[in-house]
Amino acid sequence: MESVRLTEGAAATVERDVLGKIRLTSSSNRNVSVQVTLVVLVALTVVTFLRMGYGTVDLVQATRQALADFWAMMAQPALDPPYGAGHFTWETVLESAVITLAITAITTVISGIVSFFLALAASENLSSPAVSNVVKGVVAIIRSIPTILWVLVFTVAIGLGSEAAVLGISFHSIAYLTKSYSESFEEIDAGVIEALRASGASFWQVVFQAIVPATITKIISWTFIRLEINFTNAVAVGAFAGAGGIGFQLYQAGSRYYNLHEVGVIVYVCLVAAFVLEFVSVRLRRRYILND
Amino acid sequence: MSAGAAVVERPSVDLAWFRRKQLRALAVVVAAVLVFQGCSMICNFSLAYAITSIPAAFVWMFQNFIPTAESFQYFSIIIEQTVSTALDSVAATVIAAVVGIVLAVLGSSSIGVEFAPVRAVIRAVASVFRNIPMIAWALLLLLSFKQNEFTGFLALFLTTFGQLTRFFLDTFDEIPGGPIEALRATGASYWQIVFQAGIPLAVADLMSWMLYMVETNIRSATLIGLLTGTGIGFVFNLYYTSFRYDTAGLVIIVTIVFVLVIEAVSNKARRSMI
Repeated sequence: MESVRLTEGAAATVERDVLGKIRLTSSSNRNVSVQVTLVVLVALTVVTFLRMGYGTVDLVQATRQALADFWAMMAQPALDPPYGAGHFTWETVLESAVITLAITAITTVISGIVSFFLALAASENLSSPAVSNVVKGVVAIIRSIPTILWVLVFTVAIGLGSEAAVLGISFHSIAYLTKSYSESFEEIDAGVIEALRASGASFWQVVFQAIVPATITKIISWTFIRLEINFTNAVAVGAFAGAGGIGFQLYQAGSRYYNLHEVGVIVYVCLVAAFVLEFVSVRLRRRYILND
Repeated sequence: MSAGAAVVERPSVDLAWFRRKQLRALAVVVAAVLVFQGCSMICNFSLAYAITSIPAAFVWMFQNFIPTAESFQYFSIIIEQTVSTALDSVAATVIAAVVGIVLAVLGSSSIGVEFAPVRAVIRAVASVFRNIPMIAWALLLLLSFKQNEFTGFLALFLTTFGQLTRFFLDTFDEIPGGPIEALRATGASYWQIVFQAGIPLAVADLMSWMLYMVETNIRSATLIGLLTGTGIGFVFNLYYTSFRYDTAGLVIIVTIVFVLVIEAVSNKARRSMI
């Protein structure tokens, strides 16, 4: 029987399994690490389910009730009787949605400005290695503390109110944006910066004539992505910051009045706000990216 | 004036482009200031108070949050709850990924089903689940499943599912069309295309999104834990509201260490997959 002979180069690249057959998938490091990661994640999941506390409820019964509750929330949203109980009016719900949006906007503006300067200090190509490492380290630590813990800390340290909510959300937001901005800054071609420096440009001239124009689209994208995340966070911490807002009403409706129809209305208001933010952010991103 | 004379001698340059650019920058700054002022009035926010209170807040934290010898008697409880929060985040991500990958394959524009309305429905479902506030899920499930870890896991799973499906959809939309077309030309069936071209092309990005979700979920799980009475959020709130600040500080330190370690491991895994 005549067998096909491979050239030397081809024979070296072809991988064979234990039986000597040609492998159809490569056993490169990349594939191995994908498999290892998957196995670890699945193993951890199994461990989780084995040690998890399931409470004392009948799971089948609870599932059935949860589905009924979900139906009540999504299909029969109402503020007024018969479904609702008149705890809220449309006016109060919309007003608190506006408050939450205001907190979101303030947080994003503050964190955008602060992060811009921190990112300049964190970028390896603009700052000294020591400063860059210190800023990156501090930012990593700030980022690792969950937003809700920041908010809880500030509610006690400076008192309940919108300041606690804004500061609490801002810390995580600043850490996130500093990392994103500085990664964009570091991708800039070193030649551009060197050319400006060689022509005697000052640090701020380099920043505003080279860094900002080259990265503005990325900065805008990241900022608007964070705007959406900040809205989610502002809703989530609303119940705990004492700043009012839609999150607080949601908490009231769900855990004080136990009225899922009212929760449903608030959920729909949050959905609309989130969709509007997403729409605006996609449009703005597209416009700016096309313009530049 | 010599400087003025020098300018006049140069060929005239059109400065309109620079002027427009400056005007646009000015407009952005003015708009940002106006939005900021308006929003501050709406929610009663005082920038001056916020800024001036930061130093005092940090002094307060460093005075009260330093763990004492006494707080270490709770160390094992804190570790246990932190581990359970981390494990819940992994489990919610993995289960959500299993559901998410099926929906994302069927709903993507590259290897999805031919029937467009199905794809639109999948996208809409993912979007709605992603944007329903986490607290709403938690409150809803608390009524039926009561306060326990499983309730927290379910709430986490439902939000993660929406987010991961969206990320997976974007990933599948972006895979190159060449290999898919090649397989189709050789007469491969739909599922052969999915398993031999679609998933292998996207697998590194899918894993990367999963690892990112694990990190994000630790934060979300902390918040959900406050409501369901489990995990980091619960122990922190327990010690914090009973004024045992030293122990609450220990919770924060343990959390920082855990998250940084998880981040380092997942970064390493992510880099080795590229």
